[in-house]
Formats: sequence, structure tokens, C-alpha cells
Amino acid sequence: MPDPIELTLRHQMNSRDERNLLDHTVQGIVGSPLDRPEGPLKVRGTATYADEDHPPGTVYGWLVRSTVGKGWVVGLNTSELRAMPGVLAVIRDDRLIRNPAQGQAGKAPYQGPAEVFYKGQPIAVVVAETMEQARDAALAARAQYDDRTDKGVFTPERASYETPPKKQATQGDLDKEMDAAAFRVDLEYTTPTMSHSAMEPHAAVAWWEDGQLKVRGSYQMLKHNVEELADALGISPKKVRILSPYVGGGFGSKLGISHEAVGAAIAAQKVGRPVAIALHRRQVYETTMRRSESRQRVRLACDRDGQLTAVGHEAWVSNLPGERFSEPVTQATPFTYRGENRLIGHHVGRLNITAAGSMRAPGEAIGVPVTEAALDELAEAAGLCPVELRLRNIPDKDPTTGKPYSGNRLADCLRRGAESFGWADRPQPGTRRDGEWLIGMGMTSAIRVNMLENSAARVTLAADGTALVETDMTDIGTGSYAILTQIAAEVLGLPMDRVTTMLGDSDLPASSGSGGSFGAASAGSSVMLAAQAVRDRLAERMGCDPGELTLKDGTAIAGNRQRQIVDLLAGDSLQGTGEIEPGTTSQDHRQACWGAQFAEVAVSSVTGEVQVRRLSAVFATGRILNPKTARSQCIGGMIFGIGQALHEEVMTDPRDGGFVNRDLAEYHIPANLDVPHIDVEFLDDRDPYANPMQAKGIGELACCGTAGAIVNAIANATGKRFHHFPVTLDKVLAKLD
Amino acid sequence: MRPFTYTRAATPAEAIGSAARIIAGGTNLLDLMKHQVETPDRLCDVNHVGLDRVERDGDGLRIGALVRNSDLAADDAVRTDWPLLSRAILAGASGQIRNRATTGGNLMQRTRCYYFYDIDAPCNKREPGSGCAAIGGRTRLHAILGASDQCIATYPGDMAVALSALDATVEVEGPEGRREIAATAFHRLPGTTPERDTELRPGEMILSVRLPAPLGGRQIYRKVRDRRSYAFALVSVAAAVGMKDGRMETVRLAFGSVAAKPWRAIEAEAMLAGQAPSADLFDRAADVVLAGAQGYGDNDFKIPLLRRTMRAVLAEATQETM
Repeated sequence: MPDPIELTLRHQMNSRDERNLLDHTVQGIVGSPLDRPEGPLKVRGTATYADEDHPPGTVYGWLVRSTVGKGWVVGLNTSELRAMPGVLAVIRDDRLIRNPAQGQAGKAPYQGPAEVFYKGQPIAVVVAETMEQARDAALAARAQYDDRTDKGVFTPERASYETPPKKQATQGDLDKEMDAAAFRVDLEYTTPTMSHSAMEPHAAVAWWEDGQLKVRGSYQMLKHNVEELADALGISPKKVRILSPYVGGGFGSKLGISHEAVGAAIAAQKVGRPVAIALHRRQVYETTMRRSESRQRVRLACDRDGQLTAVGHEAWVSNLPGERFSEPVTQATPFTYRGENRLIGHHVGRLNITAAGSMRAPGEAIGVPVTEAALDELAEAAGLCPVELRLRNIPDKDPTTGKPYSGNRLADCLRRGAESFGWADRPQPGTRRDGEWLIGMGMTSAIRVNMLENSAARVTLAADGTALVETDMTDIGTGSYAILTQIAAEVLGLPMDRVTTMLGDSDLPASSGSGGSFGAASAGSSVMLAAQAVRDRLAERMGCDPGELTLKDGTAIAGNRQRQIVDLLAGDSLQGTGEIEPGTTSQDHRQACWGAQFAEVAVSSVTGEVQVRRLSAVFATGRILNPKTARSQCIGGMIFGIGQALHEEVMTDPRDGGFVNRDLAEYHIPANLDVPHIDVEFLDDRDPYANPMQAKGIGELACCGTAGAIVNAIANATGKRFHHFPVTLDKVLAKLD
Repeated sequence: MRPFTYTRAATPAEAIGSAARIIAGGTNLLDLMKHQVETPDRLCDVNHVGLDRVERDGDGLRIGALVRNSDLAADDAVRTDWPLLSRAILAGASGQIRNRATTGGNLMQRTRCYYFYDIDAPCNKREPGSGCAAIGGRTRLHAILGASDQCIATYPGDMAVALSALDATVEVEGPEGRREIAATAFHRLPGTTPERDTELRPGEMILSVRLPAPLGGRQIYRKVRDRRSYAFALVSVAAAVGMKDGRMETVRLAFGSVAAKPWRAIEAEAMLAGQAPSADLFDRAADVVLAGAQGYGDNDFKIPLLRRTMRAVLAEATQETM
């Protein structure tokens, strides 16, 4: 085959998108609720996840855990383990990592297995012929420690907090306004440590070929993961290739390179054979990322008209010593509501608990439900309907920076949501019953920042009229395969079945990866640009301006002329590379995703059990590329919110920081019976400042608020307020008559 | 998992008296072995020995030890005459687990204490004399009744709570012959020997569970838990109450997940029987059940929870039918 003709289209978002290409294409695929192209593989169990395809001769590694909460490893019964059946190596290598890399770190996390910072930290890797032998040997490991558990800090109460100056902000005089205002609330909330609990445990298989390292792993951001892994091993990133064709859920837990990849790569080097390491579920809990617990103080005040005059939001979160990430709890507070007097506080404590990192919607996921719960109390104090209070406080520009919004549809979401949910039927607090069950309704705004990241993709239109999309983007269950195929097919005027998408290979053009809900916008824009480069060349061959060209079902149309795309190609294949870069539109406009959520709950007056009876949401989040996968993302996010409101909490032992409920039987996420009917509606929306597709993030937005709507509904049902998440029955019970 | 030898018994006799650990559904034992909480050298698989039928037994019922939980819950006779048992079973685990789990195996289910499952933690039940990490640790699942300073674990199951309330017996056979153990006496309180969960002796195998004649009345199993399915009970209440002329004639009451065994409330039953139902009476009966109850921090709420749930279940069971 002749070389393809290479074309490039780069775009930096420095101005409003005026072209709005996807509203002028006619294939009718973008915006359609299409199935995932890889769906049948997943349903049949033939999609090969990281640990499901091993090279011949693969052996198995298992991590050895620290059994102390703090200290130093001073010895290990290595020779005893080495003598156990099947054992090939016991590895205590200085390159082993303490915790996974943070998202987009691009370099190795803290390394060295000798110093123990938390219970469960990997201190060695055992390699054996079979997984069972490796595990058996790892369980037989007996380390000698210089045990400093008595010096460990395992609870937030005992932590000392840093107050990073750059993360504080004040405007006006909050204290003064709190004293002067007509209505005010000053409340303290806590949210617990949570865990992503993705279905697929972290896993990697690593092997070396001619000095090149190959890893099949379960990761979200391959271009960063290559750099992180290379840095951890002390080799050039050029020598590392990572394959993540399918990822069984991430939620942020697989943003950065983790123990299994580093351990498998070192082990493979040592034993000269491919090594697979799959974390046990317990290890996923205790050695990968967690969402930090938080303590939050919220101060709100409004005047007699329900105009907010003071907004204070301070958060105390934690991480391991030296980790730079800290849960940005207050992220949405500066720009969501009015208020001339504003205070943002952020404090970071150091705990000997496994590292805190990004988990679905870091910041807003736990910050928004709390501020929205406090707003509910303010509405009650002011005698206002909670929806009305919010409607009265939507600013016409970012109240902190004075920058315009790229678009703010919060009011539309609130009004539409209230109407379709039947909000007018909300009872007076504590007055509606169904047998022993107290019934209540609650609502929340949903807010999440919108982001765009550098992303590249390649689209090749072959001479036979089929197209191939290639990028190192990952599909973590969100629908990347579907939407990227749709975008290319739409722009090129091809049916879905003539476009194939290859993802999850770090040798392909570097994408944003999956995270921060920016994947669809970033990778999608790059695919659109790549396809647009090809399309522009087809226009040239048609002898028309790109704006005059219509592509549909393999046919090119310009004015009254019509030609088959295959004929235009005339034996050539066209290869477009598209690159999107964020630009000034993300600095000069406040970009966010908006929504409103409504919940109806039933609370047992006997046991304190809470059941969510209905959940309903309206979102305005730019162009919806695929309403089916978008809706699934939202439903998933809202179920995440149910878990956050009612179920999820990592219980740590205060004596050594160990996670006690480190499996899916005891770390409770909602089961089917906990999930009611969920309504999701998208407003027709475009954000021309976001990216050339005018689409925005979805998956995280859906969980930013849900828990607030649920606790507000519990308050409406019971007439009592709950400030500590999750609202388990013991907490309810304590306030019931 | 450590290496072990595996044999498959064709008849109960091949399993009885064997030093091998008996495995049936494996829904608990396999996890215990993976975590090396249990490390048996030999396993004897009894899935093929028969004992897999539910049969009439006079006025009662004989349930083979290998009858699957799903089959037992769906059995017509059980659903009609011992609905408490059906309800309790269906409140437990998940559909997949109930398809696999057996009647005998379910009785042998071990505690879910977090520290019992952590071989790096001291645990007198797993390793006698090593201590109890739960005391002073996290105790949401733990006992409020009948615990000792050696162990505060609970028996986590649902089926056995109903069996206790229904006065079932467990038929076992060992090298020294057959015997029957009352379901209420099958599980043990920890005392100074928390390593022994049950009265089953080495070499003995459960053959069947026998139910006496149906109790009639209203039968309720209420399981209170942290989510609506696939969670162990925080407190469960099994009640069977027969009414006559506005008074409680027969009363059976047992509680789950509050002690190392299903907690049959004989004294409270006696107090209630023959009386007209009233909130005050239920409260006093709860006082009797909870005399000596002790919380360990996280689980303090189980004490009021048991009281409230018991009162509500009794109120429901004694309500006049419409």
C-alpha cells in the first residue's frame, strides 16, 4: 500500500468557536443514542482486560504488605520464602513505590520500600510460577520492623494541618456580615475516607523485549503513565510501551502508575520472564488511592430578600507526608452563587493512611453536597423555598473573578428539574408518612468545573472508504470507543460500521487520557480535528470550500455535484492528525457544567434506614455526543452519590490506620435494591468557549450534588439535620424519637 | 492458598469420621482458605453424597444438609408452613451465593469480624491466646449480648436465626453415632474458647435439619442492615406469633447478629405469651432481652436498634388482620 497523505490540523481554544461544525454535518451519528461498538465483546467476556492476556511463560507476582502503621523494615525472611514451592524471587528493590502516582504527575511517586508510612504499604514483591504460590509465599512473609506505630498519626483529630497560602481567599468581611445579616447558618460537616472500588482490580503484566519494556495494564492516562513508569525504573520513556485497551472502571484510581506495573516491570527484569501482578481487592483498598476524608465549615448569610451576602467554606483534608495533591473541596464555591463577602479556606493534614488522590470529581463531589446542604438550612431559616433561594443567587458573572461565564444554565436546570420532579408537592418537614416511613424531598444544584487538556489523534481514511481512528485515549467504561467512532464517522460522512477505533496503546498519538471528565471533550476534539483535516482535503478534491461540502454515507456533495468518497480518494489514503490545545477561553471565561438534582427518600421511623425512592436530574453540559452513554454516565454518577450519602465509608482502625472494611462485602456501595428509578434529562446546550465540539464534561457532574439532595430530603422527611456523611441508620436513630 | 488434598465423598459415611475439613458450597470456606484464616490440609467434598432433599417428617420436615439455600427458600412446604425460614434465607447473601450455599454449610458459616479475617491481627477465635483486636478496634458488626473478654464476634447468618426461633434440630453423625442438637444450642458463646463456633465435634457431619410441626401464626423476619441487599445484618429479628382471643398464644423470638449465636429470647417469650399485646409490654420484654447488653463503641447503637426493631416486629405480628 502506498504511504498515506499526511495532513495536520491543530487548534488552540483562543476564541469562541463560530464554525460549530457538528451542527452542520448530516450523517446524524453524533447526538444519537448509539450502542458501544465494543459492547458485544464486553458482554461476551471476550474483551481482554489487562490481566487477561499473558505472553507465554508469564509468572506471577504478589505484593507483601506492611503490618505496621509506621516504621522501618529492617529484615525479611527472604531465604525462607525463596525456598517455598515455585518461588523465583523475593524483591526488595529501592525503585518500588510507596503509593501510586497522582493524576498527570508524569514522574515517579515517592520510592523506596524500607520506610513504612502506612499499614498495608507494599514492602516487597514475591514472584512464583503460579499466582497461588506467589500469594502463599507473600502471606508467609515475616518482616522485622523498627516499629514506630506509636508515633503514627492515624486520625484527623491528631493531625496537624498546614494552611497553604495560595489556597486561601477572602473577599469583603465574612465575620462582620455573618453578625449583621438577617439570616445565617454556621455549620460543620464531615465526609469520610472513600474508595473508588472499580470493578476491575489494578493489574499489570510486564515483559522486556530487547531492552524495551511492554506493560499491559489498567490505566487511565497513558502518556503520563509511560513517563511515570520510566521515571520509576530509571529508563527513558521511549523504552516503555503501555497497552490498556480496556479498563474495568477507574474513577480516578488508575490515573497514575501503580504498584503492580512498577513491581511487575522490576520483577520481569529480575527473573527474565513476563510477570503479572494483579492486586487483591484488599490491596486495591489499602494501597491504591483513597478520597480524603474532610471536615468542612460552611458559613452562609442572606438578607431579607434571600440574597446571599456571605459565603464561607473552609475544608480540612489529609494526605500522606509529601504528597502534593489535596482534595480541592471548595473548588465550586468561588463561582456558583452571589455573595460579596467570601472566605475560602483549605487546610491539609498529614496522616499515616494510604495516599489520597483524585476520585470522581475531586473537590465538588464532597464540597457541593455540603454547601448545598447548608443552603437548605439557610433556606429554612429564611423561610424560602430551596429552589427559589438558589434562583435568587445565580450571578450574571463569576462573583470572585468578575469573568463572564462561558454559559450558565443553572436557572434553566433548576426550573425544569423542579417541574418534572413535582417539587411543588414537597411536604412540610416531618409531616408526610407512609406507614412507618417518613417521606421527604430534597434538591441540590450540581456544579463541576469544565476542563480541556492537550490531546492528539490520528484519523486515516483508507482508499476503500473505511476509516481508522487512533489515539492513546482510554475507555474506562465511559464510552470513548463509541463517541470517538461517532465523531469521526460524523465528520467524514460514514456509517459507524465503516469506522474502527483503536485506543489504549501508548504508541498512538498522545491524548488527554480519561480523567476530570475532560476525556470526551479533549480526545473528541482531537478526533474531530483529525477528521476535519481529511474532510478539508476531500473538499479540495471536490473543488469546493470546506463549508460547502456535505458528506453522507460515503458520498460527497457540493452544490449540485455528487461523488463517491472512494472515487475522490482515487487510490490514496488520507491521514489526518488532529491536536487540540487549551487556550485563553479557559482563562477568560468561567467554564462549568450545570445541573439540578431532586430526590425523594423514605426514612424508617423504626430503624433509621434510609431508602431513596426517586432521583431526578436535569443537566446542561454542552453538546451531548451520545445520549445513551451520557445518560449511563449520569446514572452511574448519581448512584455514586447515593453511596456517598448513605453507604460509603472506609473504616480505619484508630490504633494503626489499617483499613478494616477492605472488600466489597464490607465497604458498602449501593446494591441494586438501593437504586431507585433515575430520571436524567439533558437540556439542549452548546458551549462555544469549551472546545470546537461545544461539548463539556458529564461523568463527574452527575455525582456533584446527589448526596446533598439526599440529605436534604432526609431533613425534609424527618425534620432533623444530619451533618456527617454517610447518613447511616445509627446516625438517624440517634435523632429519632 | 496452601496446597491441600481433595477427596470427593460418594456417601456420607466416607465423610464422617474423616479428619478432612468438609466442603459443600464453599461460599465461606474458600474465602477463609484464600486468606489463610483456615489452612486445612485435606478437604472432603460432600456435594455428591445425596442429602439434598426436603422431605416430610411426620408433621415436620427433614431438610438434607446439602439442600441449597435457594431451593429451600423456594420449597412449597417451607413457604407455606414455615415462612419464617424462607424469609430469613431470602434476606441473606445474593442470588448467586444462595444457589451455591447449603443448609449444613450455612450453619457452619463463620463470623465476619474484620480482625478474624486479618491474619496479621490478634484473634482468639482464629489463634487461641493471641488476643482480641476487635476490643478497642472497630466494632460495627460486633456483639452486644453474650460476648466475653476473649471475643466479641457475632454469628452473621440469617437462616439459623429462623431455625432457632422455629425450634429446629440439627441431626449430626460422627464416629460415635448420630445425635441431634437443638438449633438454639448448636452455636456457642465464646466464653474462654471462642475458637469453637459450634457444638459439632471433630469427625461429625451435619446430615439434616429437622423442623417440628408448623407453628402457624404470623411469621416475620426483619433484617436491619447498612444497605438493602448483600449486607450482613446489624440486627435481625425472627418472630412467630400466634394470637387467640386478642392475646398472644405462641411466641417465638430470636435475634441475629447480636451475639456469637442466634439469640433466642426464651424469657421474653414467656413474658409475652398469654398477654394482650401492648407497647408497654413489648418494651418490658425488650428490657429482658437487653438485660446485660453491652456495646463496644461503634456498635452501641445496636442496643436501641434491637429494642425498636423488636417492638415494631411484635406490633406487626400482633396487629389485627384487616
